[in-house]
Amino acid sequence: MHYPIGLLFDLLASSSALPWNITVHFKSFPEKDLLHCPSKDAVEAHFMSCVKEADALKHKSQVINEMQKKDHKQLWMGLQNDRFDQFWAINRKLMEYPAEENGFRYIPFRIYQTTTERPFIQKLFRPVAADGQLHTLGDLLREVCPSALAPEDGEKKNQVMIHGIEPMLETPLQWLSEHLSYPDNFLHISIIPQPTD
Amino acid sequence: MSSRPSRHREAGQWARAWPPLPARPLGRPAGEGRLGFPAAEEQSPRPGRSAPAQRWNPVGGFCEKLLPSDRWPWSDVSGLQHRPLDGVALPSLHWEWESDWYVDENFGGEPTEKGGWTYAIDFPATYTRDKKWNSCVRRRRWIRYRRYKSRDSWAKIPSKDDPKQLPDPFNDLSVGGWEITDEPVGRLSVWAVSLQGKVWYREDVSHPNPEGSSWSLMDTPAEAAQISCGPHDLLWVTLWEGQALVREGISRNNPKGSSWSVVEPPTSENGIMHVSVGVAVVWAITKDRKVWFRRGVNSHNPCGTSWIEMVGEMTMVNVGLNDQVWGISCDDRAMYFRQGVTPSELSGKTWKAIVAGRESDRSHSGSSLSLLSAGCFFGDEVRGSGESCAPSDTDASSDAERPGPDQPVPAESLDCPGDPKGSSASGPGTSRTTEHPAEVASPATQTPRPEPRPGPACTPAEVPWTNIDLKEPKKTPSHPLAGLPETTGLSSLEVLPLGLEEPYGADDHPLWAWVSGGGCAVEAHSVLKWFSVQLGLSPSVQTLSLSITPAQTAAWRKQVFQQLTERTKRELENFRHYEQAVEQSVWVKTGTLQWWCNWKPHKWVDVRVALEQFTGHDGARDSILFIYYVVHEEKKYIHVFLNEVTALVPVLNEAKHSFALYTPERTRQRWPVRLAAATEQDMNDWLALLSLSCCESRKVHGRPSPQAIWSITCKGDIFVSEPSPDLEDPAHPLPCDQMFWRQVGGHLRVVEANSRGVVWGIGYDHTAWVYTGGYGGGCFQGLASSSSNIYTQSDVKSVYIYENQRWNPVTGYTSRGLPTDRYMWSDATGLQECTKASTKPPSLQWSWVSDWSIDFSVPGGTDQEGWQYASDFPASYHGYKTMKDFVRRRCWARKCKLVTSGPWLEVAPIALGDVSIIPESPGASGNGHSVALWAVSDKGDVLCRLGVSELNPAGSSWLHVGTDQPFASISIGACYQVWAVARDGSAFYRGSVSPSQPAGDCWYHIPSPPKQRLKQVSVGQTAVYALDENGNLWYRQGVTPSYPQGSSWEHVSNNVRRVSVGPLDQVWVIANKVQGSHSLSRGTVCHRTGVQPHEPKGQGWDYGIGGGWDHISIRANATRAPRSASQETAGERSGEQGLPSGPAQVAGALQESLGPVCC
Repeated sequence: MHYPIGLLFDLLASSSALPWNITVHFKSFPEKDLLHCPSKDAVEAHFMSCVKEADALKHKSQVINEMQKKDHKQLWMGLQNDRFDQFWAINRKLMEYPAEENGFRYIPFRIYQTTTERPFIQKLFRPVAADGQLHTLGDLLREVCPSALAPEDGEKKNQVMIHGIEPMLETPLQWLSEHLSYPDNFLHISIIPQPTD
Repeated sequence: MSSRPSRHREAGQWARAWPPLPARPLGRPAGEGRLGFPAAEEQSPRPGRSAPAQRWNPVGGFCEKLLPSDRWPWSDVSGLQHRPLDGVALPSLHWEWESDWYVDENFGGEPTEKGGWTYAIDFPATYTRDKKWNSCVRRRRWIRYRRYKSRDSWAKIPSKDDPKQLPDPFNDLSVGGWEITDEPVGRLSVWAVSLQGKVWYREDVSHPNPEGSSWSLMDTPAEAAQISCGPHDLLWVTLWEGQALVREGISRNNPKGSSWSVVEPPTSENGIMHVSVGVAVVWAITKDRKVWFRRGVNSHNPCGTSWIEMVGEMTMVNVGLNDQVWGISCDDRAMYFRQGVTPSELSGKTWKAIVAGRESDRSHSGSSLSLLSAGCFFGDEVRGSGESCAPSDTDASSDAERPGPDQPVPAESLDCPGDPKGSSASGPGTSRTTEHPAEVASPATQTPRPEPRPGPACTPAEVPWTNIDLKEPKKTPSHPLAGLPETTGLSSLEVLPLGLEEPYGADDHPLWAWVSGGGCAVEAHSVLKWFSVQLGLSPSVQTLSLSITPAQTAAWRKQVFQQLTERTKRELENFRHYEQAVEQSVWVKTGTLQWWCNWKPHKWVDVRVALEQFTGHDGARDSILFIYYVVHEEKKYIHVFLNEVTALVPVLNEAKHSFALYTPERTRQRWPVRLAAATEQDMNDWLALLSLSCCESRKVHGRPSPQAIWSITCKGDIFVSEPSPDLEDPAHPLPCDQMFWRQVGGHLRVVEANSRGVVWGIGYDHTAWVYTGGYGGGCFQGLASSSSNIYTQSDVKSVYIYENQRWNPVTGYTSRGLPTDRYMWSDATGLQECTKASTKPPSLQWSWVSDWSIDFSVPGGTDQEGWQYASDFPASYHGYKTMKDFVRRRCWARKCKLVTSGPWLEVAPIALGDVSIIPESPGASGNGHSVALWAVSDKGDVLCRLGVSELNPAGSSWLHVGTDQPFASISIGACYQVWAVARDGSAFYRGSVSPSQPAGDCWYHIPSPPKQRLKQVSVGQTAVYALDENGNLWYRQGVTPSYPQGSSWEHVSNNVRRVSVGPLDQVWVIANKVQGSHSLSRGTVCHRTGVQPHEPKGQGWDYGIGGGWDHISIRANATRAPRSASQETAGERSGEQGLPSGPAQVAGALQESLGPVCC
């Protein structure tokens, strides 16, 4: 499974000294661990499938399916050419939700932990509770990954990182999904051990 | 957004003394003889003219002592009626004089001798402007303007009729008929039904004369109960006995129709109680409350064929614009909208209840308040001052249901709310809202019952009624704007229940009695949001809509932002010095297109196309377009560097989606690279991508600068170019074939700009548009487009074909011509066969919106059936048959419509023919004055826009400037010199225009060049240029500050189609034909070279982009070349760009001919 590079950094290298030194391998592709993308088209297809999966969770795929091929192309071209405007002009639509709702259907998120074998946690989770209260990042973790949270009075053992920062656990999940999602429309959350310096 | 809700005519309505043609708001030149004046001028909408007559006698010369048999010394034009100047009265209280009497010094567009006298042998005779030996009488025309002033208020209809003849109190009233085929713009039909069941027609109602002149009684076979008049030619009346009457024969020539037909009710036991008609639909309610739709109704068969029963029980239905239907249900008295009404399915699909809030739900109080009468004949249904719904817009059509006297009457404005979105472009709408706060505050008191009945018999109290505005709703259906249905719709339905006498509980919905959708333009297929209660969040703001308290917001948000800032600092700040690692070259797009090949015979050949994009080390991008083709089985390619491309022009026709790509060299050759795509989408993708690449390589992005040069092609596409500083360098101007033009979304016919960023446009349908500051739109989506300030824009134009016939002695005129004749159905030239069936809209972007109809407004005039006669094809045609005429033709027009998007907002409601914005003198920077903007309306009225500024480019209101004939073109120079061209081809100068006197004081007539009729004028800093109908460009000689009218016209060039003079007195034109090395182009941008203070006419022409250009405005470009460096920069520039020419050759390229090369 391919991870966004920002996630890789958060997950594996957030404690390393900057600038981050990257080793590029030109042979011995780890075929067993990673899906080999034979062409740029395959990379694009992978990216688009992530976006589609996210929209399936958010809007039952309604938004992405209503888009035209060229909109999909624009998403990819915007990402590829580092053109935020171009990208966001389309991505914005993926971040909207019906006025009568208070948020997406489900939040597309993945939680990664360095300490487990499991690649990531992904479950159905709604942004709004049955009573209308907005779910927070803390609610999510309590529900799907309680081990990441510090016990009531215990010491904080883990950091919850998104995009290199630690948002407060009280942050509404819907807001995070709209504003801190990766280009593939997923909220990639890293749980990493609290550095012990 | 639309300012539709506030349809308000700011400009005064103009009436002229003479001639009293109901057809024309403005007068026409003094060709009085053929016009046929009614003797009773008091009845005409616009008296106010007197003609003093004098007779020559051998002793005293001309004097006012006439012969005893002579006409009155002061008379109307016929001479029959005595009309001293002080005896000319206003028709009613609702008119005011605009100015004092003055002498008209023009005679048929020509200036007369001093005093405006015209001479003749005797009264009445043909008058000439020259005094001859046998001139025994003379006369001159005095003019005084009046205007209808009772705007924004309810005005009692005056009546000078004999009281015995007056209609008894009215029971119902309906306004329609504004779209009868080919009728004069602004005419309206007002029909009323009186309590005694008589039907009355109000004569001479039009926009300039909203009150009309008199009531005419129409004979009916039985007593009428209710009436409904559609926008076209449908008129239905219900009878007390339950049948319906249908008026037949309503047409342009006979708006009252000719006869009645009776339509029986669907069932004999339940007669028709209420009927409402639209363009091609009739809906009715029978006494048992059932709803019926009439099948088969159209212009040819206004009676229709049969009744179809619809679901639901209603107390009333109302057909609004676009045949959309509203109703009040019988059970719950809720308002319903008929969903799914489309041109193909006029009966719609289902009734949907409209959620209409009460005052507590309303976001804008007061402004839209309207009570409306419940007035209709079925009085038992309506409680006293019961709640009622307000249809609202100020459209004439919404006045359709005016109350009867026995019913509660509107006590409030029919004003539409200044919708928050809509008000931006509509000053008047919002301004009016302040007029009746008191009424808003105390709705319960608003139950006056004046009787809106004309005549002395009834003298209602002066109630604070407001506005009926009669701007034609005609345009409404044809210009949908994004969001219009919602905005106007909601406002139309915004209501304030006033019925306090039958209170309903807080949870009850109001019980409606009446609805009118006449002011609400709903496009078929548009999504409406009236049917569910919104939570108050529009999708655009919903991301901020989470229900979180500010405190929480503060905590987590602050932390997120703080951490992000820290992260950026930590991860980026210290590494700024690292070089960006970017790809050096990237293939962006490849595809298959067709290319118009270079070799003969020219044809479309299939090619592979690839756009290769590079990014240089400096981050700048450049791109090359490769076109791979095969000729004689040999593979070849051509390539184009996109940084050399000067324009990308879509060339759409009914068959191909193609575009042309110009470089300076190809501009000189008049041979662009032409490429065609298989689909419109494909073409738009290529255009958008290439255009983006061109802009990138030239580092042009964002909105055009205020100095930008705007131009328009004959397809209505809008182009803009950033002027380089040396464009107007007197010594070495930048050759204008090197100017880079990029497209801006939208569709216009005229665009005018000034250097403070104020840009106005006029569509083919004469709609005025103001530039919003956005860019992109149209096919330019995504990055090439601004995310805001782009709105839907539509335009309507007509396609014309000609029906040709030849006379033969046996059968008269027939469609069988001589073998040598032109096609019997042809284009204007007669060379191309164009039948009604085969003629298509100009391109796939356009779709038909009307059927073929006869065009009566062709030059030369037509007879009643639209025919023009001539002795043979092709010849000059006239509108009447003579013995010598053997052929005739008539013109058929069909409207088509295009919907696109662009950075333009409509400036409603007045349609324009021309517009001019003051060019800012170089150096004069924003002196605090508002920007002077003058315009000519599509009817020829001259208008001056007030309140225009950078921040409010749309301005606030129109000021009407009186003229004694319709105008065609206008231009204002940097020093407030206003020049105009009248439709008769003569020029006028407006005196004393200044910031403090924005409309000036009077017109000075300027004769046109000998034997030429002018059609356009353009005024720069001091220079005045005019263009005549034969393509000659004239310079006004002798213009000085003390004598701004100048002395004479000097010929500059022929072969000119359009001229634009800028603030540096630079002169740019659209040349008619320009020959290049490979081909000829028609419609080419040309720059006058050698224009110097001592040589204002210039020396020659430099040819720029061309081939289909129609319009240019360089009036925003006040950028002077840096004086000292001009020599150097010219050299460097040509060096940098790798041109094969040094400075000398550049100069040599500016062909020093005396006129654009004509062939």
